[in-house]
Amino acid sequence: MLFHFARLLLLGIFVLVLSGCEKPATTGQKDSGDLVVRIGASAPLTGPQAHLGKDNENGTRMAIDDANSKGIVIGGRKVHFELISEDDQADPKTATIVAQKLVDNKVSGVIGHLNSGTSIPAAKIYSDNGIPQISPSATAVAYTAQGFKTAFRVMANDAQQGRVLGEYAAKNLGAKNIAVIDDRTAYGQGLADEFIKAAQANGAQIVAHEYTNDKAMDFTSVLTVVKGKKPDLLFYGGMDAQGGPMAKQLKALALKMKFMTGDGGYTPEFIKLAGDAAEGVYASLPGVPLDKMPGGKEFEKRFVAKYQPIQLYAPYCYDAVNVMIAAMQKADSVEPAKYLSALAGISYDGVTAKIQFDEKGDLKGGAITVYQVKSGKWQPLETLGAITTAAR
Amino acid sequence: MEIFLQQIINGLVQGSVYALVALGYTMVYGILGLINFAHGEVVMIGAMLALSSLTALISWGVPPILAMPFSIGIAVLGSMALGYGIERIAYRPLRHAPRLAPLITAIGVSIVLQNLAMMIWGRQYHSFPQMINNAPHTFGGAIINDIQIIIIFSALAIMGGLMIVVHRTRLGRAMRAVAENQHAAQLMGVDINRVISITFMIGSPGLYLHPSVVRHVDSRQRHALLVPGENQHAAQLMGVDINRVISITFMIGSALAAVAGVMISANYGLAHYYMGFILGLKAFTAAVLGGIGNLRGAMFGGLLLGLIESLGAGYIGDLTGGFLGSNYQDVFAFFVLIAVLVFRPAGLFGERLAERA
Repeated sequence: MLFHFARLLLLGIFVLVLSGCEKPATTGQKDSGDLVVRIGASAPLTGPQAHLGKDNENGTRMAIDDANSKGIVIGGRKVHFELISEDDQADPKTATIVAQKLVDNKVSGVIGHLNSGTSIPAAKIYSDNGIPQISPSATAVAYTAQGFKTAFRVMANDAQQGRVLGEYAAKNLGAKNIAVIDDRTAYGQGLADEFIKAAQANGAQIVAHEYTNDKAMDFTSVLTVVKGKKPDLLFYGGMDAQGGPMAKQLKALALKMKFMTGDGGYTPEFIKLAGDAAEGVYASLPGVPLDKMPGGKEFEKRFVAKYQPIQLYAPYCYDAVNVMIAAMQKADSVEPAKYLSALAGISYDGVTAKIQFDEKGDLKGGAITVYQVKSGKWQPLETLGAITTAAR
Repeated sequence: MEIFLQQIINGLVQGSVYALVALGYTMVYGILGLINFAHGEVVMIGAMLALSSLTALISWGVPPILAMPFSIGIAVLGSMALGYGIERIAYRPLRHAPRLAPLITAIGVSIVLQNLAMMIWGRQYHSFPQMINNAPHTFGGAIINDIQIIIIFSALAIMGGLMIVVHRTRLGRAMRAVAENQHAAQLMGVDINRVISITFMIGSPGLYLHPSVVRHVDSRQRHALLVPGENQHAAQLMGVDINRVISITFMIGSALAAVAGVMISANYGLAHYYMGFILGLKAFTAAVLGGIGNLRGAMFGGLLLGLIESLGAGYIGDLTGGFLGSNYQDVFAFFVLIAVLVFRPAGLFGERLAERA
């Protein structure tokens, strides 16, 4: 009997601890009389991309902490920003649930999601509820092509990135026969498709197009297929969690082709996972290198002091929050309906770049930088074309 | 040809790991009729423990040649303790509950372990230290490296060891005798308790393997003997210490899982808190393919699934003239699974046990 009681008690405590993890729902007022403004954020905080999701959350949090310490006044009242961070597991289905949850929590705006696959379906929910959404990192063309007035991004899209990479592979690296692998996500597939178009336009041949998924660890079978087609360059459309091991397995299979990937692979994690196979790998990142960003150096110093080394998109998250707050200040309102038009017409000097949106919500004039791993570090090779208006 | 050979090697490496993990599923199913969905997480914990101890040992200056077996030992012991704990906490209190209840706790344990690992080891990917000189060998145009050779051969050795114990030793003969006719065996002076306990230790479903057992033993009687969870009363009357038997089964399964975890991490050079989930799913599929509850089925199913996957990915595009690509790799594997189950509902090596679902 006593044993049963003790077990019940233990269960009760466990449930309490679990429910304690939920953020208590506060009303719009803080005790001090400040106006509490909720900013929603969503990224995969669990699963294979959790390290990137946490990086995004940290970038967002830093911007919110900064804004709070500045004591911003909007509409005559001191504003206290509050972050509501949700885990979308990089899963499109979960993303819609999370989006609805954020809407129900009455957020004034959303920073997210991290992936294209999650940002695209979530955009509909934010649009239906009139809540501005700024994705720091969704690069699929489809995200802003849905025609929602509330969807923005602070990073160049895949049409720009894929084109630059395809051109770079065919022209600068002189690749004639190219193999492509993508992870069948909105991002990986979109990037690979744009890459293929550009590579073919520049005279290269696509000798193989193979597929994997965003949870895979073993790529030996598809790489063996690629090996049979004898390409001189392999392009991977996907994230670092697969790209790194893929580079390693490529080397283990003694394949001597060049390896190239997009912004999803441009991380320190990639180099760690690929080991010495990372040497010579190419990747790209929309925007300019961190140390060439207007506020890059200083941001990095503060971020590293507070959290850990930047994985990937943290500076973009930081900018996304600041752009949103700048729009609120400009409109002198935290009401989504009121500051939305201010956001669409904003011009803001961020850490990553000067941020202005075009009529679709895409970043104007986004540059793309190609990087290569040299002696265990990503080194910028070339920053290419702000050719934004074509091929949309 | 060298491409074909390479795909066979890829499939064998992957399949050996599936087989080791599938054995854990099948052993637990054999005695409890329970699908232990947390088993994939045990693989992950094994890999993580090996990673942590390896990193620690190397930083203390222990030579790699000593550090490797030592950390595998830690992984195996840690996983065995974990397997024991999982059974004790999440399954034993539900032994008499409807079948669905322990299935749900199994999924719950899986999620808890994943999150626990995320809190302990963090969200980032860990690169697994490379302990042996992983030189690639060319073999008929195909490439295989040392770790892959070790994986294939040690998995085969472990599985072969189980088979030898069941079929070739005095102990194995005693087991089969007990399975055939318990009372007679007792009269002959076979220590039933000991035999049954040891049987479970090395994987109870082994008893199903022998054709004569399958043919002669009345299935009801076999249940009483082999499936204490199914008919605890009868087994208890026979003097079997049920709890001990089940605990040992979980521990053996977990030990195999830890070995598999270390193999994967060493091969791909990485460890991550999420790595067990998909692997667990695949290994479970392999166990079903081979006939869940059957030792030989799990081994064969694992190797077969590995080969199907790699050959499927390799040739599905060419076979269908580019209509289907390697994105249908998993579809292909599951298509084979469905085809097998249509013609042999209990899997390749399984027998029909309709009342156990």
